Amino acid sequence: MLTTTPEAEPDDAELVDILERMVAGQVYSTRCFNLQRQGRMGTMAPIDGSEALVAGAASALDPTTDWVFPQYREQFALGRFGDEVIDRVVLYNIGHPAGGHYAEHLRVFPHQISLACQIPHAVGMAWGMKVTGEPGCVATFFGDGSSSEGDFYEAANLAGVLDAPVIFVLVNNGWAISTPTAAQTGAESFAAKAHAFGFPGMQVDGRDPLAVRAAVFEARERAVGGRGPMLIEAVTVRHGPHTTADDPTKYRSADELARARDDEPIRRFAAQLTERGLWSEERQREVEAAADARFDLAWDRSQEAAATLDPATALFEHVYAEPTARMQRQRGELRAHLDAMANGAANGSAAG
Amino acid sequence: MVEAINHTLHEEMARDERVMVFGEDVAVNGGVFRATEGLIDAFGPDRVVDMPLAEAVIVGASVGLAAAGLVPVAEIQFLGFSYQAMHQLVGQVARLRSRTQGRFDAPITVRAPFGGGVRTPELHSESLESQYANCPGLKIAAPATAADAKGLLAAAIRDPDPVLFLEPLRGYRMIRGPVPEDDHVVPLGRSRQARSGTDLVIVAWSYQAELACRAADRLAADGLSVGVLDLRSIVPLDVDGLAEAVSSVGRAIVVQEAPETCGFASEIIATINDHCFYDLEAPVERVSGFDVPYPVGLLEDFYVPDVDRIVAAARRTLAMAP
Repeated sequence: MLTTTPEAEPDDAELVDILERMVAGQVYSTRCFNLQRQGRMGTMAPIDGSEALVAGAASALDPTTDWVFPQYREQFALGRFGDEVIDRVVLYNIGHPAGGHYAEHLRVFPHQISLACQIPHAVGMAWGMKVTGEPGCVATFFGDGSSSEGDFYEAANLAGVLDAPVIFVLVNNGWAISTPTAAQTGAESFAAKAHAFGFPGMQVDGRDPLAVRAAVFEARERAVGGRGPMLIEAVTVRHGPHTTADDPTKYRSADELARARDDEPIRRFAAQLTERGLWSEERQREVEAAADARFDLAWDRSQEAAATLDPATALFEHVYAEPTARMQRQRGELRAHLDAMANGAANGSAAG
Repeated sequence: MVEAINHTLHEEMARDERVMVFGEDVAVNGGVFRATEGLIDAFGPDRVVDMPLAEAVIVGASVGLAAAGLVPVAEIQFLGFSYQAMHQLVGQVARLRSRTQGRFDAPITVRAPFGGGVRTPELHSESLESQYANCPGLKIAAPATAADAKGLLAAAIRDPDPVLFLEPLRGYRMIRGPVPEDDHVVPLGRSRQARSGTDLVIVAWSYQAELACRAADRLAADGLSVGVLDLRSIVPLDVDGLAEAVSSVGRAIVVQEAPETCGFASEIIATINDHCFYDLEAPVERVSGFDVPYPVGLLEDFYVPDVDRIVAAARRTLAMAP
C-alpha cells in the first residue's frame, strides 16, 4: 500500500500501480460475476467502465488520512485503501455478515445499497473531521441516477454551507439501470449542479485515470486546505449490465454496447503505458494471475467464514451493543428450534 | 419538562466534549420550544449548529459524525417531519452497528417532540413511535415526568446505540416536577410504577402516563384502586415489569395516542397474552387514537385519548366478570 500523501504528478511506479489496480478490479469483478452465474454468489454490480475513475481517484487520496464512502461498484478497484477490501467484497457478495466489517485501519465504508444514502454520511464524516481537527478529507462515489435523490441535494447543500472537506465523485456512466442520463436530468451537465451549492464542479473523462486523478488531486488540495468541497463528474460508459440481474440488450443496442466495450479504460491506459515502456502484455498476464491468486485467497477465506457461521449467534449480534432481553429470548428459541430439528433429522423423524 | 431537557443538554455537553447538538433553529434561536436555549453561548457554534432545513441530512450526517468519533444529538423539530428523514433513521442510523458488524457504534440521539392537543397545523402532532419500534437497531424513550426527561435523556446521549428520544409536546410546559440536581441517569428498559393499585393497571408512556395518573386519581375518588405503569421506553421494553404489574392485578388497559391498528398498545397486549394470560380476569382494552389521519384542530380533542375515555375504559374493564 502506498501511504504517502499523493504528489501532483504521478511517477512511473504510481502509473503502474494505477493500472494494476484497474486490472485487479476487472479480474475481481469478473470472478464475482462468474461465481454469481454458477449460483455461488448473490447479485452483484460489475465494475465495468469504472475501473479507471476509481483507481485514478484513489491514487490522489491518502489511505492513511482520507476516507472513501463508496456505493457498490467501486470496491473492486479500491485496493490502494487496503488489500483486504476484496475479502470484504467477497464476503458481502456471498451474504456473510462480516462483508460489512472493514478492519479499523481501512478507511472505507461498506457497500451502500440504498442509493445516495452514503452522501450524507460522507458529509457528516467530513464535518466531524473538521470539528475534531483531523487531517485529510472524504471522497464519496455515487452515480448519475443517485444525483436525482434528495440525499444528494441535502448533503451537497450542507457541505457547501460548512465548507466540509469532501469530494463528490459523481460517476456518470450513462445509465441508471435502463434510464439514460437524458431522462435523469435537464441540467446541461451533472457537474453544473455544483454551482448551486456554492462550490466548483468539473467534468472529466472517467475512462482516463490520469484525468480523474488530476481532478481529485485538485479537489483534495481544496478540501484539506479548508476551502470546501468539489464535485467531479467522471464521465464513462457502463459497458455491461447494471448487475447480474440485468439484461442491457432490452434497452441498449448491440452496436452501442460493442462501442462501449471497444473503448474500455484498461485497454486504453495499458496502450499508453506500453508506449512509455512501463507495461507489456506479459506484465498484464502477471498482474491478472496475481489478482486471480488474491481472489482465490479471498474466496477460501470466505468459505471458511461461511462454514463457521453460527446463525443463532450471528443473527442477533451487533444489532445493539447488548442484545435486549427480548432478543436474548428469541435467540434461545431459535437455537432450541435448530437443535430440535438437527436431533429430529438424526433420528430420521424430521418433517419435510 | 422543557427546562429539564435544556438543563440535561447543558450537563451532557459539559460532561463530554464530543457531544454536538444540531438541528433547525437550535442554536441562535435556542429551539422553537427553547429546549436548546443557551447552548450556543456555553459551548460555541462548532458544537451547537443551526442546520439547513433538511431532515434527511440532519439525521444522515449523524452517521458520519459518529464514525468520526463525535456524539451527535440531532433535533427534528416535530416527529411528523421525521418522515423526511425516515430512510436515514431506519435504513442507516439503526443499521450502522449491524452493517459494519460492530466497527462503528452509533451513539446518536434524535430528539423530537410528538403528540397532539396543542392545535398545531398538519403533520406536527403524529405519534409515530410504533412505526419506529418496528425498526431493529433503534431504541425509543418517551419520558412522562421532568425527572425522567433528565434521566432518560442522559441515558440516551450516553448510550452506544441510537435512541429516538420522544418529548411530549403537550407536556413541555404542562408537566412540572422536581428534577434531581446531581448526575441522574434512568436506564432504558425499566418501567416506573407511577401509581400503585390493586384493581387494575393502566399501561402508558409519555403524556398518556400523565393522563393515566389523573384518571387513576378520579377513579380513586370512587374507591377504585388503579395503578399506572409508565413504560418510559418502548424499546427496549420492560417485559418483566409489565408482566408483574399486570399479573398482580389481573386487569389492564393500555393508552396510546397513535391510531389503534398496529399501535404499540397492540404489542403490549400481545406481550401480556404471552406472559399473563392465566392471570387475566378481563380482556385488555386499548384506548387509542382512531384509524384516521391525525385530524385538524377542531377535531383533535375527539381523537386524542383524554381522561374521560381512559376512565370509561377502566370502568368497562373493571365491570367484566372474571
